[in-house]
Amino acid sequence: MTSIFSKFDGIAGALGSLVEAGGRNPFSVVIEKPVSSTVGIIEGRETLLFGTNNYLGLSQSPRAIKAAQEAAATCGVGTTGSRIANGTQSLHRQLERRIADYFGRRDAMVFSTGYQANLGMISTLAGKDDYLILDADSHASIYDGSRLSPAQVIRFRHNDADDLYKRLKRLDGTPGAKLIVVEGIYSMTGNVPPIAEMVAVKRESGAYLLVDEAHSFGVMGAHGRGIAEQAGVEADVDFIVGTFSKSLGTVGGYCVSDHPELELVRLNCRPYMFTASLPPEVIAATMAALEDMAEHPELRTQLMDNAARLHAGFHGLGLNASKQVSPVIAVTLEEIGQAIVMWNRLLDLGVYVNLSLPPATPDSRPLLRCSVMATHTAEQIDKAIAIFKQAALDANALPAAA
Amino acid sequence: MSETVESVSALIIQKLLANPKVPRDIDGNCKIMDDLAFDSLAVMNFVMEVEDSMDVSVPLDKLADIRTINDLAACVVDLKNKG
Repeated sequence: MTSIFSKFDGIAGALGSLVEAGGRNPFSVVIEKPVSSTVGIIEGRETLLFGTNNYLGLSQSPRAIKAAQEAAATCGVGTTGSRIANGTQSLHRQLERRIADYFGRRDAMVFSTGYQANLGMISTLAGKDDYLILDADSHASIYDGSRLSPAQVIRFRHNDADDLYKRLKRLDGTPGAKLIVVEGIYSMTGNVPPIAEMVAVKRESGAYLLVDEAHSFGVMGAHGRGIAEQAGVEADVDFIVGTFSKSLGTVGGYCVSDHPELELVRLNCRPYMFTASLPPEVIAATMAALEDMAEHPELRTQLMDNAARLHAGFHGLGLNASKQVSPVIAVTLEEIGQAIVMWNRLLDLGVYVNLSLPPATPDSRPLLRCSVMATHTAEQIDKAIAIFKQAALDANALPAAA
Repeated sequence: MSETVESVSALIIQKLLANPKVPRDIDGNCKIMDDLAFDSLAVMNFVMEVEDSMDVSVPLDKLADIRTINDLAACVVDLKNKG
């Protein structure tokens, strides 16, 4: 009999050698206790957290914690149902109104996770005769949404507006709507797209544009509305998708739009309809975190200052770090073995970052992916840089001259 | 259009051989993932190069049915003829 698990033989072997090479399974790290937004206990030791996407530190917001406690006390801890059945409480509608207002949009849909927001919007908007035009480095949730959609799916070269144009030109004369999907900040590399150029292509080709602001919401733009706000192109973005699980520190996803048909998307969107809605305490905490974010624009300034400090420190060491300054800073290494040794040394020395291995990375090289927070202190960042230096030396990953 | 499965297959092989990691003795019947040890991302990136040479877009859902170099060539020729 064929084992149903034989398809995992390859990954079992890869995981075995990963653990053998580094001493740990990098995918089963346990944060035993969060001490603050920037420090957690891992393996019994206080460890600096540089890989949590918790950009503004709001997972530990006192206001959000209090709001969650009160909501649980008054509304219970779960909804036990779908948004289109018994799973919509007035809190859900309130959050949708507040998110829509924050973006200055007509309406918002709130999903149970950011993954489901992309899955739902992309698979529902792009129908049988339509075309989905995706950036090649899109997040898995975008690719998975495209697989759930009956539309034809076309990839364009990462952040390349000319290539996007070329591929849309090839579709000239074909019936069916075209939906372009890009991200505000690419999650693995921190790359930021030339959004104004892409908007120009979108206008010329008559396509729709969906921007996933998962990593740019709360981070870019004067009000934290993301790359579209920063570039002044919000009016040209048809759909903004995002998540509460990064800058707002909770969980859940959303889509905001001015298209009135969003109301009809609710009734066609399987990842929205066939899952339980967010529990009241998460909704309440999210609204409180949104208030924190609105009232404290200085968090964004601090975040970008911190990102610049870590970025400069890495480049000062001679590491191959992201070119653009953003709160996602990836250090690219040449060999997987080197990345495993360095990642383990970082954790030994007290810094947690994300280890990203191909094919989950864009170009078959491994990444040590860091995310910076507004709540990191200058001392914590400098300590992380010093630990990176030591770990890179131990992994033989520094250029000789450095 | 003058492209045939044979001519496109030859072009694909020529492109593949530009990569030093690809075995030298490949032919149109080689399976792209199994025989050339390409992962899913490498296949998508390679198809992009073929798309550029042939000025055609191969939708991702079509890739699911493509196993061999000749399958890819046939798909490209089919798309070119439709265009």
